[in-house]
Amino acid sequence: MPMGASVVGLGHYLTVGAILLVLGVFGIFLNRKNVIVILMSIELILLAVNINFVAFSSALNDLAGQVFAMFVLTVAAAEAAIGLAIVVVYFRNRGSIQVEDVNLMKG
Amino acid sequence: MSFASLFFDLFSLILLGSAAMVVTSRNPVHSVLFLILAFFNAAALFLIAGAEFLAMILVIVYVGAVAVLFLFVVMMLDVNFAELRDGFQRYAPVGATIGAVLFFELLSVLLGWEFSPGSKIVRLSTIPENVQNTRAIGQVLYTQYFFLFQLSGLILLVAMIGAIVLTHRDRSVAKRQNITRQQSRLVGDTLEILTPRIGAGVQELGIYRPKPIPEPVHHALAAPHEHAHEDH
Repeated sequence: MPMGASVVGLGHYLTVGAILLVLGVFGIFLNRKNVIVILMSIELILLAVNINFVAFSSALNDLAGQVFAMFVLTVAAAEAAIGLAIVVVYFRNRGSIQVEDVNLMKG
Repeated sequence: MSFASLFFDLFSLILLGSAAMVVTSRNPVHSVLFLILAFFNAAALFLIAGAEFLAMILVIVYVGAVAVLFLFVVMMLDVNFAELRDGFQRYAPVGATIGAVLFFELLSVLLGWEFSPGSKIVRLSTIPENVQNTRAIGQVLYTQYFFLFQLSGLILLVAMIGAIVLTHRDRSVAKRQNITRQQSRLVGDTLEILTPRIGAGVQELGIYRPKPIPEPVHHALAAPHEHAHEDH
């Protein structure tokens, strides 16, 4: 029998995931100007989602949660790569990464 | 039993502490390093939950690739990060309020939920007995979820191409093959056939020339035409 649900309760995992998600949302508001820290906060939020997936997978004895967590991981990696590429290009063009300066596409 | 829950508490405390440091730290490099610590502790939590493969993937992909990418970008960009923290105190109350609201909403869900009695029936792929976690994931990933697996590969491909297209710069110093120029080159431009006396040196024949200064690239295309005119 795989260890997991019986070792640590599902509620503990969900609490940790909830706090992590709240910290990520808080980080987005706190670092309104710094795109890089906003991207890191998004990574934290996705990590919280992954923790929930794994916890439910372990509690229900269902592998689908872990497979989905893997897909979330893939998308998070792609998102980080694209986001950082955009930050680099933006910095090259404008010399700053302030979120408030992003108004080039404003009509 | 209590041993595992003790470790769970330890790892989750470090995870939440380092996550808090990620969002509040003054220096973005410190943020990235705390992010790495958070990922390691999340991997430990995954291990406790029995998801060994995912824990290792988390360390490899997040710590090895994503966090290092963040670190690379933070160090590459010459940004005045102190200036970016101007509105820190101004935005903190808003963020704290929204965070608190979100947390209490989640807490109200956490305190009053239970599995429905039929939840065991709707499981998609049960964890098989006496099979290692990695093998079990492989058994369903390449069969049941194969389409999704290929789709995630496609997402990664698109992300890779996108990142390259975005950040690629056309440098003028780069040496490339110019096929038009290569094809329009004539023998007369590069080769001269002489019949020197036996034993005569190049100095004596008067054909000693210093190496020509290489022409700029855009003149070279016009060169064959000029020669053609001279022949007429």
